Amino acid sequence: MAAVQTSGERALNKVAIVAVLLVTIIFLAPIYWIVSTSFKPRNLATTIPPTVMFEPTISPFVKLFTKRSQLRSPPSAEEYAAAPWWERVVFDGGEKIVRDGKGQVQWSGYPSRFLNSLIIAITSTVLAVGMGTFTAYGFSRFKVKGEADLLFFILSTRMLPAVVVAIPMFLMYRAVGLNDTHLGLIILYTAFNLSFSVWLMKGFMDEIPKEYEEAALVDGYTRMEAFFKIVLPEAATGIAATAVFCFITAWNEYAFALIMTNRRAQTAPPFIPSQVGSGLPDWTVIASGTFLFLLPVAIFTFLLRNHLLRGMSFGAIRK
Amino acid sequence: MITPLNTSSRAASRGLSDISIRNLFIIPTIVFLIVFNIFPLIYSLGYSFTDFRASTNAPANFVGLKNYRELLSDPYIWNNFAVTAKYVIVSVLGQVVVGFGTAMLLNRTIPLKGLITTLLLLPMMLSMAVVGLFWKLLYDPSWGVINYVLDLGKFQWLGDPKMALYAVAFTDIWMWSPFVMLLSLAGLSAVPKHLYEAAAIDRAGPFYTFFRITLPLVAPILMIAVIFRTMEAFKTFDLAYVLSTQPSTEVISIRLYKMAFQEWQTGRSCALAYIVLIMVLAITNIYVKYLNKVKER
Repeated sequence: MAAVQTSGERALNKVAIVAVLLVTIIFLAPIYWIVSTSFKPRNLATTIPPTVMFEPTISPFVKLFTKRSQLRSPPSAEEYAAAPWWERVVFDGGEKIVRDGKGQVQWSGYPSRFLNSLIIAITSTVLAVGMGTFTAYGFSRFKVKGEADLLFFILSTRMLPAVVVAIPMFLMYRAVGLNDTHLGLIILYTAFNLSFSVWLMKGFMDEIPKEYEEAALVDGYTRMEAFFKIVLPEAATGIAATAVFCFITAWNEYAFALIMTNRRAQTAPPFIPSQVGSGLPDWTVIASGTFLFLLPVAIFTFLLRNHLLRGMSFGAIRK
Repeated sequence: MITPLNTSSRAASRGLSDISIRNLFIIPTIVFLIVFNIFPLIYSLGYSFTDFRASTNAPANFVGLKNYRELLSDPYIWNNFAVTAKYVIVSVLGQVVVGFGTAMLLNRTIPLKGLITTLLLLPMMLSMAVVGLFWKLLYDPSWGVINYVLDLGKFQWLGDPKMALYAVAFTDIWMWSPFVMLLSLAGLSAVPKHLYEAAAIDRAGPFYTFFRITLPLVAPILMIAVIFRTMEAFKTFDLAYVLSTQPSTEVISIRLYKMAFQEWQTGRSCALAYIVLIMVLAITNIYVKYLNKVKER
């Protein structure tokens, strides 16, 4: 009886493994398609049957960073020979890089949007995690009147739909001139992430035994010294995990950025869709822009893998 | 002479009492959130009783409850809510089925389980707007990989008004099933093994084991996933906005966005924002109560 069961179970296990592999492939296929499209020449991006095997080219990335125009006629032999390799791949695709009067290469809108995304996401993360750590410690160690209500208030500010908050913020920002500025988005993302950071950090703080600081207080440390020298180092993992979560949220945010920025402080998420336009989009360029944009998040996801559950449930579930 | 000075300065530094430290740590955050989250909402509550249009310089006129009355009797708005409800049901149901199913598959000894789990979680970490956009190519009737793989010819995913909402929901299911999977997996791994052993001794069938042991024990954590995803799906904006321009996919957030920033009916949109806000707060309240209940266990 037992032997039959095990062989049955083993067969079931094999079926499950195959099914898991299948599910994994299906889930990763769209991401694979983004990566592979970002290395295709333009004419292979939209083919039937879809092109799977091809000679990879770097031209989508060159095109991503530069302004280009269609070639009316092929470039002359000497023009082609004089061009650097990265310009030749653009010539090969039937386009040329636009240069200004001094012969300088014209940049596309992408690099500045990417830089904006970095500046805004990093600054707002530092602010949200910094303030959140202090506040979480306050809630974790001291009696606060109406603590549950305050924590609910803090959380509820995060739960509102972006558009609901964006309407009055847009009017207020317009009044004080914060529309389309880095500072404007930084403040918004800090406010947005702060609630999350408080909730998550409170969980991490609760896990640090009170006895550590109490021992330090007995040794003559002040409460502040105990916080900075004993609690913060203990909380380092939690702070790092919270920071990565805040960074990813700010990095991916779309609605606020769409409403509050249009050029100067625009981040990558509203910029990339705006490039699809109404004509025939160059999907290889969109794919390369998407790929570069996703890369930091993919790396962080691997670094964060043991804390994902906790972060995604606002610290409710700890493993 | 020096000694008392030393003690007093030491006392001064120790003198920062726990209460003042607590206030120093908590009050700035509360103030910040009030200024940037609550104050704007009070501001927009005021505008919701006016006919203000941010595109003109005309002063706002007080119109009382007119905005609310008109919105609540507007069949188009109700239609937007109906679309949202349909979207919530399709995408959350899909995520629970796919996510829980995958978790059941993964809840056994599988080679490279850690790596596979991490890879499966990748979609939910990515930007909805940016990755969602790429699904436009995947759904394309002529060049789309999906039609090719499923041999659907020139099937219209986003072009067909009836299909578009499902297409957006499918992408959402792809992105967020991993979330349900992650939580379910935590729930499943917490089910005590001896319960299954006891069930096996009693020769309980797989269905009995599933419905009487697995499901009841995973239910609380699965419920967290469902409430959380319901709330997020109700607020959805990014995905539907980048993927589709069909009226049949105009969820309430998109209607609100258009009303506020394309039609510039600022006063009216503030009123609609408040209607949405009350709904979200109601769901949030349920969610937080539930979270606290689960935490206490």
